[in-house]
Amino acid sequence: MKKNILKINKSTRNNMVTIGLIVIAYAICQSMIVTGNMSNLLQNLLVSLCYYSIMAISLNLTVGILGHLSLGHAGFMCIGAFAGAFFSKSMVNTIDNTFIRFTLAILIGAAFAGLFGVIIGVAVLRLRGDYLAIVTLAFGEIIKNVLNVLYIGYDKRGIHISAEDAMSLNLDESGVVIVKGAQGISGTPRDATFTIGVILLIISYLIIVNLVNSRSGRAIMSIRDNHIAAESVGINITKYKILAFSISAALAGVAGVLYSHNISSVQSSKFGYNMSIMILVYVVLGGMGNLRGSIFAAILLTLLPEYLRFLRDYRMLIYAIVLIIMMLFNWAPACIEWRKKFSFKNLLGSVFRKTKKEV
Amino acid sequence: MSFITYLINGISLGSVYAMIALGYTMVYGIAKMLNFAHGDVIMVGGFIIFTLMSSLGLSPVLAVLIAIVLCTVLGVTIEGVAYKPLRKAPSLAVLITAIGVSYLLQNLALLIFGAGSKSFTSVIPVPAISLAGGRIPISGETLVTIPVCIIIMIALTIFIKKSKTGRAMVAVSEDKEAAVLMGVNVNKTIAITFAIGSALAAIASALMFSTYTNLSSTSGAMPGIKAFIAAVFGGIGSIPGAMIGGILLGIIEILSKAYISTQLGDAIVFLVLIIVLLVKPTGILGKKIQEKV
Repeated sequence: MKKNILKINKSTRNNMVTIGLIVIAYAICQSMIVTGNMSNLLQNLLVSLCYYSIMAISLNLTVGILGHLSLGHAGFMCIGAFAGAFFSKSMVNTIDNTFIRFTLAILIGAAFAGLFGVIIGVAVLRLRGDYLAIVTLAFGEIIKNVLNVLYIGYDKRGIHISAEDAMSLNLDESGVVIVKGAQGISGTPRDATFTIGVILLIISYLIIVNLVNSRSGRAIMSIRDNHIAAESVGINITKYKILAFSISAALAGVAGVLYSHNISSVQSSKFGYNMSIMILVYVVLGGMGNLRGSIFAAILLTLLPEYLRFLRDYRMLIYAIVLIIMMLFNWAPACIEWRKKFSFKNLLGSVFRKTKKEV
Repeated sequence: MSFITYLINGISLGSVYAMIALGYTMVYGIAKMLNFAHGDVIMVGGFIIFTLMSSLGLSPVLAVLIAIVLCTVLGVTIEGVAYKPLRKAPSLAVLITAIGVSYLLQNLALLIFGAGSKSFTSVIPVPAISLAGGRIPISGETLVTIPVCIIIMIALTIFIKKSKTGRAMVAVSEDKEAAVLMGVNVNKTIAITFAIGSALAAIASALMFSTYTNLSSTSGAMPGIKAFIAAVFGGIGSIPGAMIGGILLGIIEILSKAYISTQLGDAIVFLVLIIVLLVKPTGILGKKIQEKV
């Protein structure tokens, strides 16, 4: 028995643990819902935990595994959310089966976001470091601003797009306006459920893990570690950068579809730079390149402000302070030393065996 | 409104951006970190001036001076408490800490001053004039903003080129280790940089909120991002770059809002930035980074 476990390699075992944890958490949540032990507040949050987790692991692919700081990840989520919601809302009477409609919406959202990922990736990935960060921020804001003024509707003659108002779409009497500028899309069917969210999270996780453990994944990580060395051994840097970036964008699109089908109305102003930053905080706190950590951080930091609600007006203040203290605790030299001194290992060690005297 | 009026308004807005961008670019040049809380220092400056003038009835000049002092103290405190312990940490960790500080300042302001936006009274008691027989109106705020910015930029350039502290700042930004060997106190130099940047932010807040009078806890965020973009535009780390970048950004923003679309003005600014960076990947005056293999 023991031999069999050892045969599975380390990363596979690691992934099985993560997926196992997700499934266990899911089972606990479901049993709590069935037995009525879960508060309404938490029930409403369940789907958002899933899409923030997907956002966190997909951004981790860009930031942690590809090694490029991206501050515009919410832009891809925005594209996914709008593309998916547009499809669902226009097809709500045509396709009755919720499952098929939602699956198609997810594929469409992912495809659109991935497409934009390729376009933006081709344009920006030759920049480096902070310049790349600021350009992704700029793209995120452009996506938000443009969708904020767009009016899109359709009638028998096809799809009409306008940047002015609903009247200038020139729809005939069969026409429906779907995207209404700053109001966004409302009345999307609420197809997203916790179960679907968890399944999508697991699928996204598997996609990223499989990518990371493949030949392409090793190429991507070699670019992160030293792009010159990677290039000199014949790795096509541009290709792998765009591959990672667009997969990350497509998964963000999936999260966006989940988002827009969870709350049934979606405005582009929600996907500003603040959301991108929030996702980045999940990734950094969870550990760069550590997918399980990203999921943990996303769940923890989404729940934290909700559970701090009793603090009322002080809750975001406390959140900010907790954030600063966590970073200081993680990285300040004095804290690192303190942690080493009082770590579990050391404390246990001092109990069970004599500490060696330092020379 | 004629083209020239828009242009002058653009230069005026741009010089405010330039002053904020100087704070970003100097800190980046020296500490190699993106200080995301810088925009919120502007907001704090605005609220300090607002409170001093409306509740204590101080004169505008005194209020601005006190705001400069308090913002300087705030900047140095933030640096000492939140950034100094993280000097050797990865840059992303520092970035997240800066974001935490930004949230902290915004929520403090939200708690103290409430969610509604305040109407800022102009600190500039200069009447508007009009040139060319009334065809080119120029507001008093613009009349003061542009010269103030020019004076500050000249003073800052002289300070950096001539004074010992200024040259220490250049030395630290060129090579930290070598600067230490030459006897430069790196921690002190970084603190001074934060002090100058925050003082500039306070002046910028007085000028900016006099023109755009809406003051709320988040009103520092967007100018902050734009100034950051201006700094990148000009080549981050470069002081003349920040000035040029800021002024260009202001002009582009006002002109595109006037002639293309009010709502898409921000998007156009970002688009121009992307195009500039694609042509010159390190900004207008940025240094070319040579990588050793």
